[in-house]
Amino acid sequence: MSLFTDIGHLLAAGMMILSFLLLYQDRITATLNVFAAQAIVLGLAVAWQAELQDAPHLFVTAAIALVVKGGIIPMALHRIVRRLEIHREIEQVIGGGPVMLVGLGLVALSIMLVFPVAGGVDSLAREDLAFALAVILLGLLMMITRRNAVTQVIGFMSLENGLVLAATGAKGMPLVVEFSVAFSILIAFIVFGVFVFRIRERFDTVDVGALDRFRGDRGD
Amino acid sequence: MIAPVYAVLLIPFVAALVLALVTNYRWGAAINIVACGLTFAAGASLLFVDRVRTDVVLIDDFNIYLVTLTTFIGFTTSIFSASYIGHELETGRLTPTFLRFYHALYQAMMGAMNLALVANNIGVLWVGVEVATLSTVMMVGIYRTTAAVEAAWKYFILGSVGIALAFFGTILVYLVAQEVLGQGLPAMAWDLLLRDAARFDPRLLSLAFVFLLVGYGTKVGLAPFHAWLPDAHAEGPTPISAVLSGLLLNVALYALLRFKMLLAANPETLDVGRIMIALGLISLVFAAFMLYRRRDIKRLFAYSSIEHMGVITFAFGIGGPLANFAGLLHMTMHSLTKSAIFFAVGHVAQVKGTQRMADIRGLSVSHPALAVGLALGVIAIAGLPPFGVFTSEFLLISSTLSRQPLLALILVFGLLVAFGALLLRLQQVIFGEPIGPVGRVKASYVPLFLHIGFVLAAGLWLPEPMVRWFKIVAAQLG
Amino acid sequence: MALILDLLWQAVQMLLVVAVAPLVLGVTRKVKARLLRRRGPPLLQPYSDIWKLLHKEAVLATNASWLYRTAPYVIFAATWVAAALVPTYATGLLFSWSADLIAIVALIGTGRFALALAGMDVGTAFGGIGSSREMLIASLAEPAMLLVVFTVALLAGTTQLSSIAAQMIDTPVGVRVSLALALFAFVFVAIAENGRIPIDNPATHLELTMVHEAMVLEYSGRHLAMIEAAAAVKLVLYCSLLACLFFPFGMATADKSLAAVSLGLASYLAKILAFAVLLPVGETLVAKMRVFRYPVFLGGAFAAAALAVFLQFVSRGF
Repeated sequence: MSLFTDIGHLLAAGMMILSFLLLYQDRITATLNVFAAQAIVLGLAVAWQAELQDAPHLFVTAAIALVVKGGIIPMALHRIVRRLEIHREIEQVIGGGPVMLVGLGLVALSIMLVFPVAGGVDSLAREDLAFALAVILLGLLMMITRRNAVTQVIGFMSLENGLVLAATGAKGMPLVVEFSVAFSILIAFIVFGVFVFRIRERFDTVDVGALDRFRGDRGD
Repeated sequence: MIAPVYAVLLIPFVAALVLALVTNYRWGAAINIVACGLTFAAGASLLFVDRVRTDVVLIDDFNIYLVTLTTFIGFTTSIFSASYIGHELETGRLTPTFLRFYHALYQAMMGAMNLALVANNIGVLWVGVEVATLSTVMMVGIYRTTAAVEAAWKYFILGSVGIALAFFGTILVYLVAQEVLGQGLPAMAWDLLLRDAARFDPRLLSLAFVFLLVGYGTKVGLAPFHAWLPDAHAEGPTPISAVLSGLLLNVALYALLRFKMLLAANPETLDVGRIMIALGLISLVFAAFMLYRRRDIKRLFAYSSIEHMGVITFAFGIGGPLANFAGLLHMTMHSLTKSAIFFAVGHVAQVKGTQRMADIRGLSVSHPALAVGLALGVIAIAGLPPFGVFTSEFLLISSTLSRQPLLALILVFGLLVAFGALLLRLQQVIFGEPIGPVGRVKASYVPLFLHIGFVLAAGLWLPEPMVRWFKIVAAQLG
Repeated sequence: MALILDLLWQAVQMLLVVAVAPLVLGVTRKVKARLLRRRGPPLLQPYSDIWKLLHKEAVLATNASWLYRTAPYVIFAATWVAAALVPTYATGLLFSWSADLIAIVALIGTGRFALALAGMDVGTAFGGIGSSREMLIASLAEPAMLLVVFTVALLAGTTQLSSIAAQMIDTPVGVRVSLALALFAFVFVAIAENGRIPIDNPATHLELTMVHEAMVLEYSGRHLAMIEAAAAVKLVLYCSLLACLFFPFGMATADKSLAAVSLGLASYLAKILAFAVLLPVGETLVAKMRVFRYPVFLGGAFAAAALAVFLQFVSRGF
């Protein structure tokens, strides 16, 4: 077990821990900061992979993750959150304890899914893939357990972080896909910006529970 | 001259840029129609030129007719959209600034769907489906009512989750392919993947397919991942409902089927047929029962889309040459019929000013042409002969009966339940004394009757090349 | 002759932990004061405090039982034995065969148990609050601690501290994810067990925020001296565990020559003092948590440790 692969694993595990941390934050500003930290760790992990795999185009992805997802997007979201005046709200996060246990279960699930099946792939990619899947599933869990539109989208973006990690683990995946991931980040952000404002102006709140009352299917 | 396959991609994207700048609504609608028409011409010409295969684009038996179909329905919908949106402008439901947005997004969506269809790269396929989904999300929320925002938000969240899971599945497919095909673009090309699929690691491939099934299956609208579909159809503008039901669901299903072909080529993989059968039947029966309690006309037909997607998934799950053929035929017929229905429904809702079926009565008296169109469409989608949908359903049922009679029973039961609901609602809407506004409507009848005409023709006679393509693809699907 | 030498090295370790403990406490307080822009007490102040307390009269409540009088000695004894067993500057000392991690956890538990009983013995409200909070923290922290023990034990194949340290030094373990997670969990548990911010403020006497202080509020004189000394030794114990389990570099292993032992001593003291400086830095960065948030904090530690164990089970590569 060389030192280099160990550090690669460490960075991937760091992302997973930050996903856990995201699960129980109840202040929006704290959630944004943890997300920014996760994006920075992602950038480091991708850069490390770029070095290990000798794939210089991955440095571009690392830079995008660091600058856009670790810097620009959190800062812009901080501003939006201030404008919407929701930065003081404490969100009801659905049960800290049970959610953490479910999170642990998801990590176990992802490891058990990937390991027996990825025998042919080399071991570095296999373990990073397991961590990436864990981050994806934890992001999904975060989206499910949140009631606030802003934090739901942060959950989605942390899910995307997991996807980028998985994609870098797959050696030689052409640049096309990396650009598409970056592109999708931008589109998601635009959509998010548009929608958060629309939701706020329509409902005077970003609580997605309020959206539920207008579900057209009720009695229809 | 640009090769048609690139024209099919370039025209929509260029048109999108142009339309983003055009402020006048009439010019915008005209350019939209012209661009769609040109794209259709390019798509149709693909039938006559040599097949193309590069590292990034591919035209083969599977997507050649799909591209033609997609561009055709895009064209007819753009004609419908022109008259529909004109009315929305008059009533003030939409403003000209949004229409710039709307037209540009429409072209972007068409371009993205074409990209997904002609791509020879699993990553580019994913990009196409994603861009198409995101453009429709924005268009669904365009009315900015509370219900529209809710529908668009739900669609965004569920769609994004589906996209993310599908991407993970794509990565896994790349991982499994690169061991055999080496790194880089070759490990992502459809034809190369299909050629070497038998040498891939079966377990990893199966795992990849599960992710892809959940991810793209959300886009297809299979229960239990269907929650976004009814709201998105009901709250968005009707041209978007037509495009969603008629095109986007198909493109997502196309993606899923491409991956299923890989699994079919590798005999040791998981038997995904059973999962697809289960999902298909659940969607069918669930949607069929939900049809009874719907009060909103667009929501009714949204559930009908879920039902038919269930039938198609079931067909591909059962497998075998006859069932696969039936599934492919059904995909085509459903697109044409459902979009035709939405054309009619759109105008009906505009005239009556409401989407509630309780407030829509006596169309045969007040708007006979629309009533005829709607009636024909509903009869077609309910599966009555001599329309094409009947042909495909009949083929499917006979194929299933000979192999799994119990499943055939459930299939027939679901179809009958849906049949009952649709005809019941149709009768309520068409007959009786007219209530509500009965003014004239500047409707576009040509797209509506053109589609229905095609479906009728296909029920009676299928062109020889089409049958041949279907058979080849059916064999590949295993 | 060899036996005398071994006994000597073991005795050195036993005395070392007690001698160094008040210094560590002093360094912690000094650094914290400096960070808060105060000058702070002199480095050797804790020694003077203990000396002073030993010469003062112990005042007891009338209803204090024998438990109250003996508890301080039990606490000090348990903590001292535990601290003396943890390898500090050398592995393979005379009594190291008994230095089992689980036994050490049990010794710490014994000390805590005695302290909690003593807190409730006199029947004051403060004592009750302190004891119940201490037990809450213990019930959350001890599972996490045991999971950390398991992680390390799975890696090394044994729970005997000396062997673990020797293995970590000799075979290249590398930077492993499970060890990183276990380190993370261990730091949280150590903070909780030693009653530092964000769990407990060691310098407070406000009833809302006291845990450890509440239990020992009634003590005075030599009893208080024992308890203060025990608290300092506990801090050194956890620092030694941290150094031994996760940073065992520099310890003298089989070779007990003077040079190796001096290197071991020097590295041990350096590590202890480094931790003593890092601790107040960490404390100044965060605020004390409210009691209902303890489960969240310690649950995080538990989750990290559980993850570490799971990763160890799943793949030797982790």
